[in-house]
Amino acid sequence: MAQMNLLQAINHALVTAMTTDERVMVLGEDVGHFGGVFRATSELQAKFGQARCFNTPITEQGIVGFATGLAAQGQVPVAEIQFADYIFPAFDQIVNETSKFRYRSGGQFNCGNLTIRTPYGGGIAGGHYHSQSPEAFFTHIPGMKIVIPSNPYYAKGLLLAAIRDSDPVLFMEPKRIYRAAVGEVPEDDYTLPLGRAHIVQEGKDISLVAWGAQVSVIQKAASMAQAEGISCTVIDLCSLLPWDIEAVCDSVQRTGRLLINHEAPVTSGFASEIAATVQSECFLYLEAPIQRVCGLDTPFPLIHEKEYMPDEHKTLAAIKYAVNF
Amino acid sequence: MAITERNHLQHIKSTHNVDVIKNGLVDIPMLQLLDAQGNLLSQELELWDKKTALRIFESMHYIRILDERMVSAQRQGRLSFYLACTGEEASVIASTAALADVDMVMTQYREQGVLAYRGYRTEQFMNQLLSNALDPNKGRQMPIHYGDKALNFMTVSSPLGTQIPQAAGYAYGQKIAGELAITMCYFGEGAASEGDFHAGLNMASVLHCPVIFFCRNNGYAISTPAHEQFAGDGIASRGIGYGVNTIRVDGNDPLAVYLATQKARKIALTDHCPVLIEAMTYRLAAHSTSDDPSSYRAKSEEQDWELKDPILRMQRHLEQQGWFDQASIEQYCATQKSDILNALKKAEIQPKTNISEIVTDVYQEIPAHLARQRDELIAHIQRHPEHYRSTNMSDKE
Repeated sequence: MAQMNLLQAINHALVTAMTTDERVMVLGEDVGHFGGVFRATSELQAKFGQARCFNTPITEQGIVGFATGLAAQGQVPVAEIQFADYIFPAFDQIVNETSKFRYRSGGQFNCGNLTIRTPYGGGIAGGHYHSQSPEAFFTHIPGMKIVIPSNPYYAKGLLLAAIRDSDPVLFMEPKRIYRAAVGEVPEDDYTLPLGRAHIVQEGKDISLVAWGAQVSVIQKAASMAQAEGISCTVIDLCSLLPWDIEAVCDSVQRTGRLLINHEAPVTSGFASEIAATVQSECFLYLEAPIQRVCGLDTPFPLIHEKEYMPDEHKTLAAIKYAVNF
Repeated sequence: MAITERNHLQHIKSTHNVDVIKNGLVDIPMLQLLDAQGNLLSQELELWDKKTALRIFESMHYIRILDERMVSAQRQGRLSFYLACTGEEASVIASTAALADVDMVMTQYREQGVLAYRGYRTEQFMNQLLSNALDPNKGRQMPIHYGDKALNFMTVSSPLGTQIPQAAGYAYGQKIAGELAITMCYFGEGAASEGDFHAGLNMASVLHCPVIFFCRNNGYAISTPAHEQFAGDGIASRGIGYGVNTIRVDGNDPLAVYLATQKARKIALTDHCPVLIEAMTYRLAAHSTSDDPSSYRAKSEEQDWELKDPILRMQRHLEQQGWFDQASIEQYCATQKSDILNALKKAEIQPKTNISEIVTDVYQEIPAHLARQRDELIAHIQRHPEHYRSTNMSDKE
């Protein structure tokens, strides 16, 4: 075991993947010699050569299209989009190509070896072009898998699983905690299952669900609630597509209450999907309306970032509302 | 309606040799009118007037000073972010000088010189950089994302190259409306890799849009050197491929930039068509205050380009013309330095945008669901003011 931050854990996962499978290649803007603007790909070019870790021109549609073709040929590309805010030129490739490659050919061709990594989320004074949380768009694309780690241990295990998975995966990294999240990470090769949630703590009054950097926010809210005598289950969803319906519903059936927290705007955010499923599966168990503590339906505002964020105080208020309903 | 007969092969000659055109390299020279000493390299020129030359010179100095002060203010933690134009002042400012004030300008994000030349005031720069309540963007965007309707300067957007097809569309609108104006569109050589660049040039060409595409080829896109960005010797050949009039200039030669842009504007306006200008320059600055170029480029390379400093070249040209006044420029710079620092101090103590603005401008009218979200947010903050001490809740702005 070693102490690593989330970035180091990702770098470690990439080194492990490239060492154990020579088909693994890393590509994207500034990922080569420079090691990426956040240094997630640091030293990969020096270790594995320019043919396997290389800079691309600035064209997101090109990066994803190229990586899709590369995966179809049998290589194992890990493509980086520098910020999730800049993934949209690649939306056509992801929606119409990557995700439908296997389906449209009746299984003759596939690009399942592809992993797309991208940092997302607010909290870095990035304004609306360096702060967005666009995960919900991608959960609406059959054929894609969406994975979001919340700490270094999960980052390494889930990224290795994503790279080795036989379907294309969008791996979204909470950049706010790239350096702030530090923890013990095994130096060995290991994977964690995709599509499986992680129960961070068990409680009896309400289930709190989040992913990425917001997991630590609901944990804080849970401790604050604990001080007021409210016992919370904290669930790190880890994968959004497919998501662990069983774990969430099982928890809600025991607590009778659910709160979902995400940074993205509330309308059509992924909390809506979770809420719809849970009310359907757990209708007779619910003792309070499902709470959504999310971003406002506005672009991500630079100067009002603090007020916009679904922070622990808003979360605590919603916990109390649900428990006292 | 009768369908006219077409022949899409009419301009194509036949050959009997199996010749593959190698690399597709087109030999496009670089216009250079001033040498490093400021000497004129051509005598057959209609030169700029003294007033224009001095205004360009002062604006170049202004931007150099602004950039230096703001980079150091960022280091002191007074700004969250900054992005300097150092080394590219001639490309940006001399090209702007060749435009008319009615021309719309759409930039990438390194073209603060356009604003300086057009008369943006120091306190306006500071209000945007400090994201305070006086910023016309209402503090919503990161520093350097300026926008000013009065100066025909379209608000900056971070995504690369998105302004390129927009500029084509804006220019088409200007033409249809019968305006005697064009659109000037700036971007870097890195942005020219985006699909939007190719879409924009093609559409501008096919739809005959009076737009100038001005590419600042400064050698680097963050850490990525030009040779990893594109094959060939630059962006100019793309223009020719799309049927766009094209010229390549020495971007550190203010006179070459000015005269090329002047000619490009005339062509765009009278012939209703796009022109691509590729300015060969160098990003002496880091990409931004989040970047440190020492890990990816040689100090000696930077030093070579410092010798090609466009401000120095402009000064030598002014000396040659007998237009240079040492005392006057020193006085100008001293005044600007102190004005900038004073304006920074003033901007720092301005309140931040009122919280009620969090839902404005998303739509023209605030829809019911946003009004409700605003009210819930304000009620929450009022219940827990201790957690939101920096929030501006005042009733009046």
